Amino acid sequence: MTIEAPDLSLAALAPLLFVFGAACIGVLVEAFGPRDSRHPVQVAVALVGTLGGLVTTVLLAGTREVTAGGALAVDGAGLFLQATIAGLGALSLLLFAERNLDPARSAFVVSAAVPAGSVRDRELLTVQRVQTEVYPLATFAIGGMMLFVTANDLLVMFVALEVLSLPLYLISGLARRRRLLSQEAAVKYFLLGSFASAFFLYGVALVYGATGTVRLAGVREAVAGAEGGTLVVLGLALLVVGLLFKASVAPFHTWTPDVYQGAPTPVTAFMAACTKVAAFGAILRLLYVAFGTEEWTWRPLVYGVAIVSMVIGAVLGLTQTDLKRMLAYSSVAHAGFLLTGVLGLPATGDAAGSGLPAVMFYLLAYGLTTLGAFAVLTLVRSGEGEATHLSQWAGLAQRSPLTAAVMSLFLLALAGIPLTSGFTGKFAVFRAAIEDGAWPLALVALLASAVAAFFYLRVIVLMYFSEPAVDGPTVGVPGLPTTIVLAVTAAATLLLGIVPGAVLGLADRAAIFVG
Amino acid sequence: MSDSLLLVAMVVVPAVGAAVVAGLPRERTPLARQVALGVSLVVLVLAVLATVAFDPDGDRFQLTSSVPWIPGFGVDFALGVDGIALVMLLLVGVLVPVVVLASWDDTPPARRSMRTFFAWLLLLEACMVGVFAATDVFLFYVFFEAMLVPMYFIVGSFGGPRRQYAAVKFFLYSLLGGLVMLAAVIGLYVVSASAGEGTFAFESLRQLDIDPDVQRLLFLGFFVAFAIKAPLVPLHTWLPDAGAEAPIGGAVLLVGVLDKVGTFGFLRYCLPLFPDASRDFAPLVLVLAVAGVLYAALLAMGQNDMKRLVSYTSIAHFGFIALGVFAFTTEAATGAVLYMVNHGIATGLLFLVVGMLIARGGSRLVGDYGGVASRAPKLAGVFLVAGLASLALPGTNSFVSEFLVLIGSFPTRPVFTVLATVGIILAALYVLLLYQRTMHGPPRGVLFPADPATADPATADPATADPATADTSAAGEPAPAGGHGATAASATATGTGTATGTATATGTATLTEAPPARTTTLLHDLTRRETVVVAPLVALILVLGFYPQPLVRLIEPAVAATMSDVGADPAGTTPATTEGTDR
Repeated sequence: MTIEAPDLSLAALAPLLFVFGAACIGVLVEAFGPRDSRHPVQVAVALVGTLGGLVTTVLLAGTREVTAGGALAVDGAGLFLQATIAGLGALSLLLFAERNLDPARSAFVVSAAVPAGSVRDRELLTVQRVQTEVYPLATFAIGGMMLFVTANDLLVMFVALEVLSLPLYLISGLARRRRLLSQEAAVKYFLLGSFASAFFLYGVALVYGATGTVRLAGVREAVAGAEGGTLVVLGLALLVVGLLFKASVAPFHTWTPDVYQGAPTPVTAFMAACTKVAAFGAILRLLYVAFGTEEWTWRPLVYGVAIVSMVIGAVLGLTQTDLKRMLAYSSVAHAGFLLTGVLGLPATGDAAGSGLPAVMFYLLAYGLTTLGAFAVLTLVRSGEGEATHLSQWAGLAQRSPLTAAVMSLFLLALAGIPLTSGFTGKFAVFRAAIEDGAWPLALVALLASAVAAFFYLRVIVLMYFSEPAVDGPTVGVPGLPTTIVLAVTAAATLLLGIVPGAVLGLADRAAIFVG
Repeated sequence: MSDSLLLVAMVVVPAVGAAVVAGLPRERTPLARQVALGVSLVVLVLAVLATVAFDPDGDRFQLTSSVPWIPGFGVDFALGVDGIALVMLLLVGVLVPVVVLASWDDTPPARRSMRTFFAWLLLLEACMVGVFAATDVFLFYVFFEAMLVPMYFIVGSFGGPRRQYAAVKFFLYSLLGGLVMLAAVIGLYVVSASAGEGTFAFESLRQLDIDPDVQRLLFLGFFVAFAIKAPLVPLHTWLPDAGAEAPIGGAVLLVGVLDKVGTFGFLRYCLPLFPDASRDFAPLVLVLAVAGVLYAALLAMGQNDMKRLVSYTSIAHFGFIALGVFAFTTEAATGAVLYMVNHGIATGLLFLVVGMLIARGGSRLVGDYGGVASRAPKLAGVFLVAGLASLALPGTNSFVSEFLVLIGSFPTRPVFTVLATVGIILAALYVLLLYQRTMHGPPRGVLFPADPATADPATADPATADPATADTSAAGEPAPAGGHGATAASATATGTGTATGTATATGTATLTEAPPARTTTLLHDLTRRETVVVAPLVALILVLGFYPQPLVRLIEPAVAATMSDVGADPAGTTPATTEGTDR
């Protein structure tokens, strides 16, 4: 029996090859590289991989092809999202590499295998050795995400889901401080994530059973031919649940606050920015390419879930007293806003509506802003680590005006105030929804925005209008990596708010799915 | 400079000025305020130049400029003014330098710098100019929302004791209204897209023929935002808090200009874009307007906090303005626009004077003052002018506008007009009561400390006069004033029982320790700077009271065009101008 080699367009695969290549090299460095020089080498390898991925996606702009035996769809939307993930991933890696803030030089535990609280653990706490395994792990996750958004096949999509998830489960548990919290987060994320993966896999099986194919295009044809019926609907529901879990959309969000709080902050930033992009990329592709003709099935579901997500995110965000948890609920609310844009997708197959580019732009804008916000969180520290309790931020503006100003910018952007990227994104998705006749949803979204604005404002109020706490936190002086991240994200947040034309145009042109 | 760049410059100059001021080091606050004053004066000059370049009989929108901003959304950075916007720009141009001067020597709260205050102020000015000059609905929305941020920081950082609460309340109310408006803005775009090219340009949108049901929804979206901003009665509760807690400069701009965006929005957006809906909803709006006139006036009378009182008077005045706008006659609407300007001047002045009084006494309560006129006649005089302008006494600017609103509204809406007239009487009551309680009567309250008076009325009372008199002829002060002081003082003293003994002790003690230095700091008449601050506004009150013609000339064609948009202008009111500026 001979197996025919599938056609492979290496050029179209270049971004993925770059990132996965870097991840594999990272593993080798970990195994054979001398310990002293590992950190710089690992950082360099990971950055070269992600930035190489970013550059190659840019070079590939305009490509539209289905390759790897039909398993990958390299198209405008896929490349845009890949570039977004690679760029945000590179910025996250910079946060990982920050060595100036923690007195022990890194946010990651030296040896994750040592039980928390043991004698050995206490010894290692102050050791200046750094963990370098996080770099190849994160690079694998980035690669998985980039694969996820271009997967043209339900099985590849599942594989990508696992490739991106497993490293994330691991690095969530690697915090240097408050290790038990971090490990709890990892376990929680792992258990619930496994459930979600199982849901997804079961959905794949049902859809395959109903349609006889796992290719998105094949599914589309079969569904359009009205085969399958109940089985397809069930399969679709399970697939969507699996993806909504990754995108932390309520009511599948319960892991989000705990994991965001427990994971090391650079990892939280990475998850909040990149995982969101990847999950929404997959949702868009799945709903649009495979089930575009099946709009009547998923539309009510997405409609309902969007409302639930916005309301839960906004209302529960109000009650939070920890900044990381607050940003987690903010992420839930934003997932709801994004779904509002998803509804703006047109039912027809090829003509791009305003929904797809709107969601793509929103993902980029939100990713940059939320990454920046978490980067600011890493700066504000009290004795035992980061000071994430709201009360500790009182009067921060007087201690460190620049930090407070940058944080305010990010918060205003998250609240969607004009002249920030958040507003442009919100405008785009709401326009898409209203154009599609979903104005009641847009109205709910606007009200949820107003509610959510309250908790963002509360932080600004604390920073600017409150008297500083007596034993308040110190604001660390960031090293070069974090400074770059803050500069890039703050500049992007402003630019995408003031002159978003170019990027919006790019998203518009790129908003094409093949398959 | 090309005419079309005037408006752009009016937005850019203060924005750049804000950046410059914010960039100055902390210890250069004196330089910061000079820069702020200079920049705001430049804007005033630009506004005057714009007025000169504006031809009242010309096109509806003049000094226009437009560059594509966000092509993906069909948004242009388009500026231009009609007569209504132009007078608002003039108002902004006048009030900002006055506010800068008025805040010249303010002491910021602990660990804050006035430099930041001036930076926010200039940024606010840029946004205010933008909001009035925008001819693209999206751009208008952007300025409308962006305007909140500087005001939020001005109230929140530099305000009174409950500033956090007031700032957040202000922001959330406005943001909520703004978001509802955003839905309507997008709705407008979608409607225009379904009729052809999707656009945000005001002129194109105005010519759309929108289905009445859709109009009603969109109207409500805009209306809620403007009714919160203006504010109309059920949505007004943020204003007394924000007005009371804001620093005086912020309060002047808040009620003087920011709230006008609401009534300006009625005229510019609600009426021309949704004429059918405007006519449908007019009775409802008029009910709210008249309710506001009466209810806010009653509440104003009950206030003990002077800044809250002035805020409530504003709400009553906004009721008048809304009445004028929704009466749908050119006269009434012209009166309403004139009212918007005049109210900015009169209430601005009232806030400034109240602020000067509060700066002297350190208390916002009416009950803490009395007899100020006897020691600070100039201050009291200006207070009286501002008060009389607020109650629209003939001869002051507000009278013209209030009168125009009332005679313009009466033919179409007699019942509402008659009810609103009651508000005039109430206005006289709350203004005159405030004036009488604080300025007349025996000198008493925080500005006239009681203890030295109890010890020896003849020597202690002069201590409240200026230092020169106190030093040279301590006993030479007129007896009646001293007598009053003693009565008031003993009344306080008996209330506390044992206070008399200690009061005597401190009284004698202070006599030996040069008392004038301590007490005279409490009350002095207007300083030279304060005189400069109030003089332009007092002058405007009087000039516009007797000769409002230039402003009316600017306003009337634009208003007539708006009225013809809404299709409710009774024939013959202003035929010539209507034809001249109609589309």
